[in-house]
Amino acid sequence: MKGQPTQSASRILEGYIAPYDATVIERLREAGAIPFGRMNMDEFAMGSSTENSSFYPTHNPWDLNRIPGGSSGGSAAAVSSGTALATLGSDTGGSIRQPAALCGCVGLKPTYGRVSRYGLIAFASSLDQIGPLTSTVEDSGLILNAMAGHDPRDSTSLELPDEDFTAEIGRDLKGLRIGIPKEYFVDGMEPGVRSAVDAAIKQIVSLGAEPVEISLPHTEYAVAVYYIIATAEASANLARFDGVRYGRRSKEAKDLLSLYQKTRAEGFGREVKRRIILGTYVLSSGYYDAYYLRAQKVRTLIRRDFEQAFSKVDAIISPTSPETAFRLGEKTDDPLKMYLADIFTIATNLAGICGLSLPCGFSTRDGVELPVGLQLLGRPFGESRLLRIAHAYEQSTEWHKRHPLLA
Amino acid sequence: MAEPSPASQTPHHTIDVPYLARLARLEVTPEEVEIFGGQLGRILDHVEQMNKLDISGIEPTAHAITVFDVIREDVVEESLPKATMLGNAPHNANGLFVVPKVLD
Repeated sequence: MKGQPTQSASRILEGYIAPYDATVIERLREAGAIPFGRMNMDEFAMGSSTENSSFYPTHNPWDLNRIPGGSSGGSAAAVSSGTALATLGSDTGGSIRQPAALCGCVGLKPTYGRVSRYGLIAFASSLDQIGPLTSTVEDSGLILNAMAGHDPRDSTSLELPDEDFTAEIGRDLKGLRIGIPKEYFVDGMEPGVRSAVDAAIKQIVSLGAEPVEISLPHTEYAVAVYYIIATAEASANLARFDGVRYGRRSKEAKDLLSLYQKTRAEGFGREVKRRIILGTYVLSSGYYDAYYLRAQKVRTLIRRDFEQAFSKVDAIISPTSPETAFRLGEKTDDPLKMYLADIFTIATNLAGICGLSLPCGFSTRDGVELPVGLQLLGRPFGESRLLRIAHAYEQSTEWHKRHPLLA
Repeated sequence: MAEPSPASQTPHHTIDVPYLARLARLEVTPEEVEIFGGQLGRILDHVEQMNKLDISGIEPTAHAITVFDVIREDVVEESLPKATMLGNAPHNANGLFVVPKVLD
């Protein structure tokens, strides 16, 4: 946002003022929106709990002892608590959908290429996509209407016919086939999440959709592939933060090399450093073929899983996250455990398809009622169909009318 | 879902953190070398499962939605003002970014 501090919740961008509006902001302004405020997040969108913010963690409006999810935890908490009508996030591996699920709001990740990334601080350029978080499905469609479309300043944004993403909203679900991937319904899921999602599937079927069991056989590899590709791309993208052109510069520097090294040591938090080192490793000479190239090939297999599934079904249904919001500090010492919590959202980005999370009930965890998210995945450029299914379900339930009681 | 091995368990993979940190122009403390070494070793242990797959003949995916040769009209446009861009620099003078001396 032009003239506003922009930091990606990182110390390395201290003092940085955005010199221009991102394309999404420009387009929302043109559509009459009034952008205000910037949201907390995991530093450079790396995390699933917003605990990696260099400012402070964001708390979940449903239970202040819990995380709001991440990385767009601030965006989800703001919508859920009624602070904003809509917020934006970027989704690289679930960073819109997972916090939306954990805070009980709607989060939409558009198809890769749908929305311009010009003005978005890059994390993993082949995976990142900007999308809305809102209270209702229709609002997400309206925000997408304002933001989508080709932008000459982002060559990965595609030239597509103009589309009203709310056009199918209100139509029933007769004749639509909904895929239930067996790999997404396995042991280890929180029981209350399982029962809420099972009930939601029954509801969607009762609205006329036909359930079809499908298989996405390479699901178990998604986390591994993601953490190679995303860290490789991040290590390259974050090379630009060197203390020369913008942001913070270490006062301890003696020469140019130590200026880079000390600025980055002081400016980046632990998770970012960890991922830069992993990304550097998988791209380094002697390891490239074994890690990065292999991961790109397995990414092809994951993409094909979805292509095959979408030849049989209109949408895929699953939980957004295997669990509801966990307590602050519960997973901060074990990054792999944190990564595995993203199992249901990560493959979407690898395949480049669109996905959405919306409220589908509550699960009682440690005696607290917490929101559960239902994930719907759609074909590339199938947002309108996805929003139709989500809207039909939403309007047949009361979940979107429940709000946290903030004391 | 594959449960990770406990965080306390020694990973099979070792990773040369100081070397990689040097490549990435990142200073790391001895404490970070130890923590990252263990955590990244465990992550590489998890990644190892990719080796079970037969990937012969599979093309790599660099971008999910592939587009080629995106071109646009070469139009001269106003650049962002120099003062705005330099205003974000931690140190600038005479319209330039200032860094420590590179050559003696």
